Amino acid sequence: MPLDGSLQRLRREGHIVVVGASLAGLRAAETLREEGFSGTLTMIGDEPQEPYDRPPLSKQVLLGKVPADHTALPRRRAIDAQWRLGTAATGLDLHAKRVHLSDGSSVEYDRLLITTGVRARPWPNELEADLDGVFVLRTVDDATRLHHRLKAGPRRVLVIGAGFTGSEIASACREQQLPVTVAERGAAPLVGALGAVVGEVAAELQREHGVDLRCGVQVTGLEGDQAGRLRCAHLSDGSTVEADIAVVSLGATRNTEWLAGSGLGAGPRGIACDAGCRAFDVRGIVTDDVFVAGDVARSPHPLFGYQFLSLEHWGNAVAQAEVAAHNMINSSADRRPHVWTPSFWSAQFGVNIKSVGVPPMGEEIIVTQGSLSDRRFTAVYGYRGRVIAAVTFDQAKWLDFYQRQIEQAAPFPPPYPSVDRRPDGMRPVPAGFPDPSLPSHGPTVTLSGHSPADRRVSFTPMRA
Amino acid sequence: MRLVVDLNRCQGYAQCAFLAPDVFTMHGDEALMYDPGPDDAQREHVLRAAEACPVKAITVEAADAAASAQARAGASYAA
Repeated sequence: MPLDGSLQRLRREGHIVVVGASLAGLRAAETLREEGFSGTLTMIGDEPQEPYDRPPLSKQVLLGKVPADHTALPRRRAIDAQWRLGTAATGLDLHAKRVHLSDGSSVEYDRLLITTGVRARPWPNELEADLDGVFVLRTVDDATRLHHRLKAGPRRVLVIGAGFTGSEIASACREQQLPVTVAERGAAPLVGALGAVVGEVAAELQREHGVDLRCGVQVTGLEGDQAGRLRCAHLSDGSTVEADIAVVSLGATRNTEWLAGSGLGAGPRGIACDAGCRAFDVRGIVTDDVFVAGDVARSPHPLFGYQFLSLEHWGNAVAQAEVAAHNMINSSADRRPHVWTPSFWSAQFGVNIKSVGVPPMGEEIIVTQGSLSDRRFTAVYGYRGRVIAAVTFDQAKWLDFYQRQIEQAAPFPPPYPSVDRRPDGMRPVPAGFPDPSLPSHGPTVTLSGHSPADRRVSFTPMRA
Repeated sequence: MRLVVDLNRCQGYAQCAFLAPDVFTMHGDEALMYDPGPDDAQREHVLRAAEACPVKAITVEAADAAASAQARAGASYAA
């Protein structure tokens, strides 16, 4: 389709501003240039580092196999951008089309892409969070500091929250023979993301590897010594854990505060956008010039009842950034929908865990290949008689098949025979997801209803 | 040099671990662990590994982007 005059001008000499200089922001910038955008490109990021990859931080970097500063992301191409790193966006004026920055300046845009992502949810008690030895793990600086402390040989590490990040941290500690206690509010590790059946396997893995795993408990308080160093943690079952390091792994918070009052449909669950990555305003009207991608976005997905879906997934950041960038510089008839099937991976305790679809939607689960007791299996989740998700432990090769099953809404339980079907995989059982309104580490994929202006908060931790 | 592996794609064929063992290693039976910022001396091995990957999961920094890295490193970010 031929471009109209204004679109041609935008592509030739327009100004595109990307707020959020991590994986999604970088891939979007590359796509813009790849597709012929030759105007001015400004990249704004609150961290001083150029875009880097986060998954290695809880694995290679904590293990000391790779220095934290080795994680800068490779560029697919030169992007010829103006970089404003170490500068946070503090406000957005939709009328003036301006982004306000922490250094007091502002930047005007023709098109804006928001990829501000998430940050680690901090320990709710600020005094306790400030104790020496209390960490979160999200940024390269977090990883550098935590690795440094792990190397010094702490007496015991307490991991608060057994989601993927917490479990990977516990795994990295055990691999270095460090004593670890994991405290998880749910019935098992990973229970929010994969349900109790798979969570039980994760629990056995942790215990076999020497983790002191405590489930069904909450940490109610962290106590320091007179010098302000963490000494111990108090648990809701009345017990005390002596530890000099605590890593708070209670999931993530979306970086949307800077948009408060801007009129954009942004809240604690993210920024609502349409399937073409255009942001909604609070009235539910889609904007023409503000786009969203990555962890901070919530977008409707046809495979999951068109509910808004928030994904804290590496692959989603890449795929959505590419779609957003394409749509930013194309006319409506040439725009593409973001209909990526959720996928993620985690490596912990020597096992490769991968998943496709939306497991927390699953009502039932069936082990279609391998067996839970072997720690090598493929399990499929069913929702209202169709396949909605699958997870593998060291069986990644089968996932492509199940991804197609999900995309075709194939019937559940699967009627076909499969290789390596065991007796315990003949019947589906309840998948065992906890009530999503209960606070926990949370799943990394969340269905968040149909309201583009949703402002409900989903996490209320118990106070000490 | 810089690289990244799309671990959604990776299926643990381990071709990279044979071709560039100082950069890619298997961690357990299926999980891949790698150095995203290996020494430039590894370039030949890494390129061979990326070429051999059956699912094309390895992205190595593009030559034109790498060439501008020098300028990038010296550039003022407060522009």
